[in-house]
Amino acid sequence: MENLVAWILRAIPFGTIIMFGGMGETLTEKSGNLNLGVPGIMYLGGFAGFASAYFYETSTPNPVPALCVVIALLSCVGAAMLGGLIFSFLTITLRANQNVTGLALTIFGQGVANFFGVRILDGATYSAAPVTYSAFSAKLPGVTEHFGLFGRLVLNYGFLVYAAVILAVALHFFFKRTRTGLNLRAVGESPATADAAGVHVIRYKYLATCIGAGISGIGGLYYVLDYSQGIWATTGQMEALGWLAVALVIFTTWKPLNAIWGAYLFGMLYWLYMFLPDVLGIHVASYMTDLIQMVPYVVTILVLIVASFRKKKENQPPASLGLSYFREER
Amino acid sequence: MSVERTQGQEPFVRIVKRDGAPFKSKVLARALAIVLALVIDAVFIFAVTGLNPLSVYGVMFQGTFANGIRFSWAMRDLVTLLCIGIALAPAFKMRFWNIGAEGQVLVGGLATALVMVACGNTLPTPVLFLVMFVTSILAGAVWGFVPAFFRARWGTNETLFTLMMNYVATSIVACVVNILRGDASSLGKLNMGTQAGWFPAFLGQRYNINILVVAVLTVAMFLYLKYSKHGYEISVVGESENTARYAGINVRWVRVRTMLISGAICGLAGFLIVAGRDQTISTNTAGGQGFTAIIVAWLAKFNTFYMALISFLLVFLSRGAAEIASAYSLNDYASDIITGVILFCILGSEFFINFKMIFRGKSQKEVK
Repeated sequence: MENLVAWILRAIPFGTIIMFGGMGETLTEKSGNLNLGVPGIMYLGGFAGFASAYFYETSTPNPVPALCVVIALLSCVGAAMLGGLIFSFLTITLRANQNVTGLALTIFGQGVANFFGVRILDGATYSAAPVTYSAFSAKLPGVTEHFGLFGRLVLNYGFLVYAAVILAVALHFFFKRTRTGLNLRAVGESPATADAAGVHVIRYKYLATCIGAGISGIGGLYYVLDYSQGIWATTGQMEALGWLAVALVIFTTWKPLNAIWGAYLFGMLYWLYMFLPDVLGIHVASYMTDLIQMVPYVVTILVLIVASFRKKKENQPPASLGLSYFREER
Repeated sequence: MSVERTQGQEPFVRIVKRDGAPFKSKVLARALAIVLALVIDAVFIFAVTGLNPLSVYGVMFQGTFANGIRFSWAMRDLVTLLCIGIALAPAFKMRFWNIGAEGQVLVGGLATALVMVACGNTLPTPVLFLVMFVTSILAGAVWGFVPAFFRARWGTNETLFTLMMNYVATSIVACVVNILRGDASSLGKLNMGTQAGWFPAFLGQRYNINILVVAVLTVAMFLYLKYSKHGYEISVVGESENTARYAGINVRWVRVRTMLISGAICGLAGFLIVAGRDQTISTNTAGGQGFTAIIVAWLAKFNTFYMALISFLLVFLSRGAAEIASAYSLNDYASDIITGVILFCILGSEFFINFKMIFRGKSQKEVK
């Protein structure tokens, strides 16, 4: 039991990282833009959030926690949206190929974050923003005493975990219940039809891609400032997380509500190797841990295959996903 | 007054697709893109480091051209990237988004490494190379076949499928590396004592064989795409699936066949990397080249000779950035930024090749 609790306590924060990344990408893909720059955007967002908080903390003797949060969030979303804007300009206005542009953005974002990251490190093995970390990971006081297991499992996280869930519900209502959401889906399914109906296709694509990038960026921010305890150390792990976020979008079949449990499930699967022996009593050799880590990707492939077997309309990718829209082309 | 109104409603700029821009303007657009990128990078270098960008670019030049051995290393990196780009060319020409080169290279390399370890001491050298060659090609082809089969049969989205296959391959390689290394902290070179399965030194370097093989492949793939029946089928399927079906082309089979070829050449790239360059295997064997090669293949519009040029540009940049890094105590990641900016600019320049902008008022004259 204790092990199961520990497992969930690890899975939910992990899931939150890719939930933000995946929800941002869902919003982007609903407009028909397949942005493979998610890892780069998460790098940009995570790094900008960390760097701004770090400089704020080191420049003032008594940093205000609330201000740390605001500064970090603003610069994270700003940097991530800039990444999204580069992608939008190249693919929407200049009609460059989306796959290629996305991959270039991943290279670029990773380069920017690590280049300046190493400069901030300045020879040290890591640099930290402790005040910001404690602000982002602040929990309600006394939850573990008063609410028992429920408190430990559900109320025991930083505020971004709940923000992710709220955002997922909000996105669901946005897609399903609002006129704007309907128009956005129309743009992703058939931009020519939407255009004929008077929807401003270019504007929808730009906004969805940039806002989506901003949301994805928060995933990177959460990874650095909460999950990694406010420590920046240059690693390639965020790239793998970015691709996992892309996988999550497929896994949820482009539905934000599914992202809530899907992301946590990915978190459980990711940490499966640590808890396999204790919780399920299955002992595996240490070299098997890497094989177990591929489970989320395999599951995603299976979802992709099953969705294409069943051909249910509501489980398909947006029909114009990955295609540039050019009004005069037939 | 009515004249005024119609003129007022004409958009400031109209965009028209154009087929086959003249060769001169193609070159000009790309050259301007690279110049623009270099200017942006120069501003960036100056803003961050305060160094004179021109002297930094001078140092960058040294990364590839300082001496013979530097140049030969650059060639070694170039052929790795180029080989994967060649592998992707037929798939992309067919509009099949094979984002899985990274994984296909890894399984090819893994197959090579396993044969080296398992049969290195038992098989005679020529047979050993043959077995390594065949298994690596088979492994890559299988990795390409799986998504192609589902795409051809049920229309499963291949971009996302091949992307996921990369991580399956990475996990398997990580697992096998852990088994192979046993208690050692890292794997090290395979068959260190016997050097079984290592390419023999040719004109001084083992990787010269890689260069030779890829040079042959470059020409072969160019001819295959341009002059063979297969190449023609690929381009018809890529342009329009319906046309292809109407012309009696078996679209499913063309898709699967092309991906088998694409995966097989990726596997071959893995073989060349392991036997000719690294003599070992790790999750970094492909080192992101599988993704970079996608950009190379796309920008070159599937012409393998252009691919060689673009690969050279990218390798030049990354070696140059490494040189800058050591000369000015910066870090290697600068190369990713510089590469990213150049790619953005070249991608953006495609627009001016594929489309024509007609400004307000000008269209009237052209019609006359």
